[in-house]
This record gives sequence, structure tokens and C-alpha cells, in this order.
Amino acid sequence: MEKKEISFRINGEEVVLHVSPNRTLLEMIREDLKLTGTKEGCGIGDCGACTVLLDGVPVNSCLVLAVEADKKEILTIEGLKENDKLHPVQESFIENTALQCGFCTPGMIMSSYALLKRNKAPNEEEIREAIAGNLCRCTGYVKIIEAVKRASSSIGGK
Amino acid sequence: MEEIFIGDFEFLGKGIPRVDAKDKVTGQAKYAADIEIPGMLWCKILRSPLPHAKILNIDITRAKRVIGVKAIITGKDFQGFRWGWMPATRDEPPLADDKVRYYGEGVAAVAAVDEDTAEEALELIKVDYEELPGVFDPEEALKEGAPVIHEYRPNNISWEFHMDFGDVEKGFSEADLVREDRFATGRVIQGFLEPCSAIAYWEGGGVTIWAAKQSPYFLYRHIAQCFKLPLNKVRVIQPFVGGGFGGTKNDSVAGDFCVVMLSKITGRPVKFIYTMEEVMISARRRHNAIIYNKMGMKKDGTITAMQSKLIADGGAYTAIGPLTMYLTGCISTLPYKLPNFKHDAYRVFTNNPVSAAMRGHGVTHTRFAAEIQMEMMAEELGLDPIEVRLKNAIEAPHETVNKVTVLSCGLKEGLLKLKESNLWKERGKEKRKNHILIGVGVSGTAYLGGARQRGHQAAAAVLRLCEDGSIEYLTGATDAGQGSDTVLLQIIAEELGVPPEQIDIQRVDSAYTPVDPGTYGSRVTALAGEAAMKAARDLKRQLAEIAAKEWNVKPEDIVFKNGKVFVKDNEEKGLPFRKMAQIACYSGSGRVLVGRGHSEYGIEPLDFEKGIGNAGTSYSFTSQLTRVEVDAETGFVKCTDMIIAHDCGKPLNPAIVESQNQGAAVQGLGQAIYEEFKMDKGKTLNPNFADYKIPTALDVPNIGVIHILTEDPNVPYGAKEASEGAIVSSPPSVVSAIHDATGIWFKELPVTPEKIALALREKGRGS
Repeated sequence: MEKKEISFRINGEEVVLHVSPNRTLLEMIREDLKLTGTKEGCGIGDCGACTVLLDGVPVNSCLVLAVEADKKEILTIEGLKENDKLHPVQESFIENTALQCGFCTPGMIMSSYALLKRNKAPNEEEIREAIAGNLCRCTGYVKIIEAVKRASSSIGGK
Repeated sequence: MEEIFIGDFEFLGKGIPRVDAKDKVTGQAKYAADIEIPGMLWCKILRSPLPHAKILNIDITRAKRVIGVKAIITGKDFQGFRWGWMPATRDEPPLADDKVRYYGEGVAAVAAVDEDTAEEALELIKVDYEELPGVFDPEEALKEGAPVIHEYRPNNISWEFHMDFGDVEKGFSEADLVREDRFATGRVIQGFLEPCSAIAYWEGGGVTIWAAKQSPYFLYRHIAQCFKLPLNKVRVIQPFVGGGFGGTKNDSVAGDFCVVMLSKITGRPVKFIYTMEEVMISARRRHNAIIYNKMGMKKDGTITAMQSKLIADGGAYTAIGPLTMYLTGCISTLPYKLPNFKHDAYRVFTNNPVSAAMRGHGVTHTRFAAEIQMEMMAEELGLDPIEVRLKNAIEAPHETVNKVTVLSCGLKEGLLKLKESNLWKERGKEKRKNHILIGVGVSGTAYLGGARQRGHQAAAAVLRLCEDGSIEYLTGATDAGQGSDTVLLQIIAEELGVPPEQIDIQRVDSAYTPVDPGTYGSRVTALAGEAAMKAARDLKRQLAEIAAKEWNVKPEDIVFKNGKVFVKDNEEKGLPFRKMAQIACYSGSGRVLVGRGHSEYGIEPLDFEKGIGNAGTSYSFTSQLTRVEVDAETGFVKCTDMIIAHDCGKPLNPAIVESQNQGAAVQGLGQAIYEEFKMDKGKTLNPNFADYKIPTALDVPNIGVIHILTEDPNVPYGAKEASEGAIVSSPPSVVSAIHDATGIWFKELPVTPEKIALALREKGRGS
């Protein structure tokens, strides 16, 4: 299959890449760009472990073709830190023990980050809704929901 | 930071952040699938499209011609090697050689330059099968004339286990009420999100393998046996693990053996990552079981006897199944006084995927049956569900009829706390809101910690002191996500009086770390914790001797606290730990300060045949309340609240203990009302998370955890197990709540909306 040239920004960096039309955004991120923080759980859009932001919107990167990222902005878990400072959502996940095995964590954090970007003060139902597509088998979600609430407070939500 | 006072400690009892948290929230934590080595090939496995068939021929000639294919192997390449948990039941080949015994069993494997090429080659491998009649129901498989799955077990009984204590017939004759019921537990899977994966590289006459395992040393032994290698030629390195929950990641999978073989043949590193569909059709599941339970009770609620017969679907191979059978019976004598108990467990071969361990291993089946039946009988006798439990609950110290010894027990205290809760007090006040039926249920259960397995039970620790006071900690224990790395560091930090950040835990590398069977049976904190504590004390002893000499005092008068080493009652006479380390390391030319420790528990014999003795070093007790809202029209259950009163002895990290309980309770909720594989003649019809529904953030209740503190002398700092208790307590508590809402007892898991709606209709109570 003939490769197509695409250009995009990922975690603030400009990238030009030749990708096969059938390559998924997830494959491109993990295998071409070696950003392995984004995880592949199911590969068919059921689990949310591969969640990244595409132009600010959380997507299952396993269901998006790499070519669709052309001229767009991608944010992955590796791009959340500013300089050496963790984002408040990351800090809150650490402080509130909102993770165990950590495999869902990057996707979970990206969905939570996207929620707080569009809604600084979400209520509990909105938090649950926002992460409903991110499965976690370890924590039972209770501490994750708490961590998002507290992150919301720390960024001045309420 | 959450704190619970469990003694005069600086770091224990504190919910300090997990030591792996930063790597995990930044995406830096590397899992098996994240590892790449230059020159790496991809392995893909061809799987059987039939549940039971003879393999007549495998033709790989066309597949071999595909450009980019470097090697193809079939079952015969493993020369008859079989693996399994016990020598007598090693019946599973890495790839099927004579016949396939379940749908999805591996028959051939390809190594190619990329995944697409490997997949293309799979399609060109031609396997000729002669289909055999299959059997998919364990009770059918027991019948005369049923298809035989393994020649060495002509009656299809993979394993049986029997216990008989006291006199059940006498017990039943003393009872005022005797009930017999049939219960069933569901066909469920662990549901970890990280698919099975490993990368192997054969060089220098040995192999290095990075694998997603919660028990990397099982793989270590399997690979040594399969490839006839001495253990020092097998190096298993443990990356971060994306969840385990027993079974699959305790054991080896076909891909593990295949990548090693393919690397040996090609001389290149070879990697596999299963798709989630492969995991869900071929990985170890929990046994689904039928339990015929008989219980005798006096009018006042006293249980006089219990007899259980369990028939478990073992699937196609034995794996760890004998231990499962043992666990279905050996602690049925907890947490209630039971003077007479008989248990007969049969693990039956079928042409279904292999059943094995899962969190709450074995106990979850029989405890579910016993809990529900006990409450059914209490209801018949007009007794309160909590009162009947309090009536029968054991108190420590206690020895069961099969010589299980309980030295601490917080069950009564837990039940009393639940009884005082608003959730229980509000029970029955509002039974119905329009078409919503409301119910609150309860359960009281026990689980073992510090599992003692047949064969080896090693847990050791090595601490190497660096001259700047930092410490390197080698352990064979694996943190599959439960948080044990953090707790183990808290223990060492506490002993040495230095902050946990000063200690670096090395993930398992079998070339350096001491052998350890890994994460299962809630054993890590109990046993690796004991080893860590002893290693720290050993290091401390060596340092104290040097310090005592410096200050001309006795070694036992040296104190390690707050980052300092000083003479007891004279903090002035002391040095920073860092300085003390430097002096010690320089006190001889090239002096090495190494602390060593190992767990000394588990030496006394355990009667695996009769079910006598302690399967663990201690026992946790969990009582749980669950509130549900049942839609009388659709049968849909919304679980709104849970309270878990959990006696883990002393929570060394309360935040981690809570999180373990919450996660396990939700996994138990899944088993109670959502999760079930749908099967058609051995084929899994829903091998994905869209159709096999695990709880999402929208499904989970508010979950409160009450720590019940008890004193257990058998475990380090009194810490017993957390989480296997809550996966056992959750299903009966949910089913009890559904009964409270609907008035109907459901005896088969999962209790789906369909079952509820139909039962309500039958009862004429549907609206």
C-alpha cells in the first residue's frame, strides 16, 4: 500500500511522517513515534486504554486512522507534563492512590484531563460519564472519581 | 494522607503515595508490550477452529514461502513436552500435537518480520483435522459413554478432592431445618486490561524473556523444563504488569513457549502480544461450578452440619485445578462454627477453555452457596440475616474441625459495625419507589492470606547498602498492581528509619532476585513482607555492631530512626544514617553490607489429600452490605452502595487496602450481575469487553471501607490479606440485596436482568 505523507503536532512538536493508509493512530503513536505511554488493551474501542486527544477531543486511538491526524494536534500522556511539573490531574491520581496496575491510567488521565478542560467543575455524574469509556479492572473507580474531583478543586473548579 | 494508628510507626499505617505512581501517571512505566529489541520478529499463533479434533496433518509449505516469514513451528517441535501445576497432572502441550481439546487452542506459530506478514502466513497454514465429538457440560462429561478428553482420565474426572469431618448425618438429625439446594457460579474471566505478552531472546545457550507475569518464576521453571536448560540459563525479567488477578498471569501461555522456541531457531528476539480476543478465548478462566449444598440449622439459627458437592467445569487441561478443588473445601469451615462438614469436589474435563485460579480462588463458589443457603434458612426460621451470622460467627482463637487455626478474627465486630450503619437501619423503610424495588443485603466471609502452596514457598529479600546510605532491595515478589512494592518499601523504611524514597526496589530479574512464586493467594505482604523485615533487621544488626564499636556501647542499644543512627536515650550521640553507611562501607577494604532475610513460615506439613491444616498463615474476615435498586419492569439492577467491613489485621497502607477492597468488590459485582461468557459448543460467543460486560464507572456504587483492626501474631506487623476477601463477600451480599428487593432467591450467577424480569413475572409481582 502506498504511504501517505502527513504532518501534525504531537505534544507540541511538529512531525512529518509517511504512513500506510491502514495504519491506526495508535500504531503510529506506539510503533512509529515510540510513545509507549499510550496503551493498547483491546484494540477495538471497548476499553479506552489508548485514549489520546485529537484536536482536544478524547478518542480511542485504535479506532482512528493515522491519516486522520493530518494537520491536527495530538496530545498523549507524555505531553501532559509542563517542563518538569506534572499536571494537577496526574498529581491528584498520585495523591489519591487512584491507580493500581497502571495500564488504564494514561487513557483514564487523558479522558479526565479533557473533561476538566471543557468543564472546570464537573459534578460526580459528569465525571463518571466522562470516564465511562475507560475500563479499569483494579480500582473499582472510586478513588479515580475522587481524584478527578480533587483535581478539579486544585485547578480552581470549586 | 490517610492514616490509621496501628502502632508506634513512622511509615506503617500511613497511606503514602504508591512508589510506582509517578511512572504510571506519566506513561513512563514499561510493560512487556512496550519493549522492543533491534532485529525483533513478531510471533502469531494459529488457533484451532474446532473444540475437539485429531490433528492429522499440518502443511506449512505455502506459509513458509511468504517473504518475511523466518520460522514456523507446530506442536511436534516441542517433542511431547507437557506442563501443569502438579507432576501427576502435567497434561498441557505448548501447542497441540496429537489433538486439539478446545476451540482456540494453539496449533502452530509463525515468526515474521512484522505482524501483518505473520498473520498472512497463518492463513496459509493448512491443518487437516478429524473432528471428534465434544462435551461441554461437566455433568454430561461425567456420564457413561461421554467423549473422553484425556486418555489418562477415562472418566473425565480431572481431579477430585474429599473432606469428611465430624458426622454430618448426626448433625442433620440434630437440626430443626435441613435444606438442599443447587447453586451455580458463572463462567468468568480475570479481565486484566494488559493482554498477555512476552519477548524472548535466545543467546549464549540460554534465553532472556521479558514477560507480563504476576508469577515470573513459574515461567522460569516451565521454560527450563521445556528447553532442558539449567536455571541459570533462563533469565526472566519482569516489566510492569497490567493486572493479573490469578490464573493466566500466574501460569505460562502458548505464546511464551513459542517465542522462546522461535528465537532459538532464528537467533533473533521474538515478541508476541495476544489480541484481547485471544485472551478471552484461550486464557485461564475461573472454574464455573455447580454446588449441591445441604445445611442443617436449629431453630435458634445454629448451624449443625453442612455437606457440599461441587462439580466444576475444568475445561480442556488441568493447570492449577487441583488447588482450586482443595480451596473449595478447606476453608468452608470458616467463618462460621461448623462441627460437621463433608465435601466432595470434582473437577471435570470438558472441551471448554481451561479453568484455573482467579482472585478469591475456589472459596468464592462454596462460600456463595453457603451464604445464600444460610440466609434462606434464617428467613424460613424467621431470623434476622445479621443475627444468624453473629450467632454462628467464630471468635479467635479458633480451630476448625479440619484444623484450620484462626488467631485473629474481626467478623463479629465487622457485622456489628454494619448493623449500626445507616444503610442497615434504613433497610426495609422504603421498599419501593414507583417501579423501583429497593433492597439491602449482607454477607460474612473469610479468606486466607500468605497462601502455602505445595512444593516451594520461598520468599526472600536481599538489601545492599550503598555508601551514600541508599539501599538496593532485591525481591522475587511481583507487584501486579496491588501495591505490594510500596508496602514492602514501607516495611524496610520503618525498620531502618529512613524514608522509602531512599530504597530502590528492583523488579524481578531471575539472574539476581531470589526465587519467589509471585503474586497469588494474598501472599506477598505476609511472606515477602516477613522476608523484607528480616533482611532489614539483618542489615541493621550489622550496622549496629559497627556503630556500637564506635561508641563503645552494646549493639542492642543502637536505634535507627528519623534518618539517624543513635544510642538509645541519647539522641545526641548519633550520626545521620547516610554517614553511618559511609563509615560502615569504608570500615574494611571493600566491605559489602548485605542484609538477608527469608520467610520461615510454611514448613509444617499440610494434608493436601484430606484438607487438614492451614492453607495460609492467617485469615481475613470480610462482612459486607450492599444496597440495590431493581427495576421491576426490566429486571435491571443498579447497585448504589456498598459498605465493606474488612479485617485485614493491620492495614500497613490504608489507602492501598481500601483500593484493593473497592476493586475486588466491583469485580465481585461484575460476577454477581453482569459477567458471563456465552458459549456455543465450546466456542466463546462474546470474547470482547462490549459483549462481556465488566463494570464501568457508571455502574459502580459508592463503596465505604471500614478497617476492622485485629492482632494476629502470625504475620509481619499484624498485616493479613486484603481484596480476596471482598471478591468472596460481594456476590452473596449482592444476591442477598436482590432478594431483599424482590423477595426472590437467585441461586445461579450472574443474576441478569432477564432472570430477574422472568422470575418477577412468574411471581406475579412485576408491574
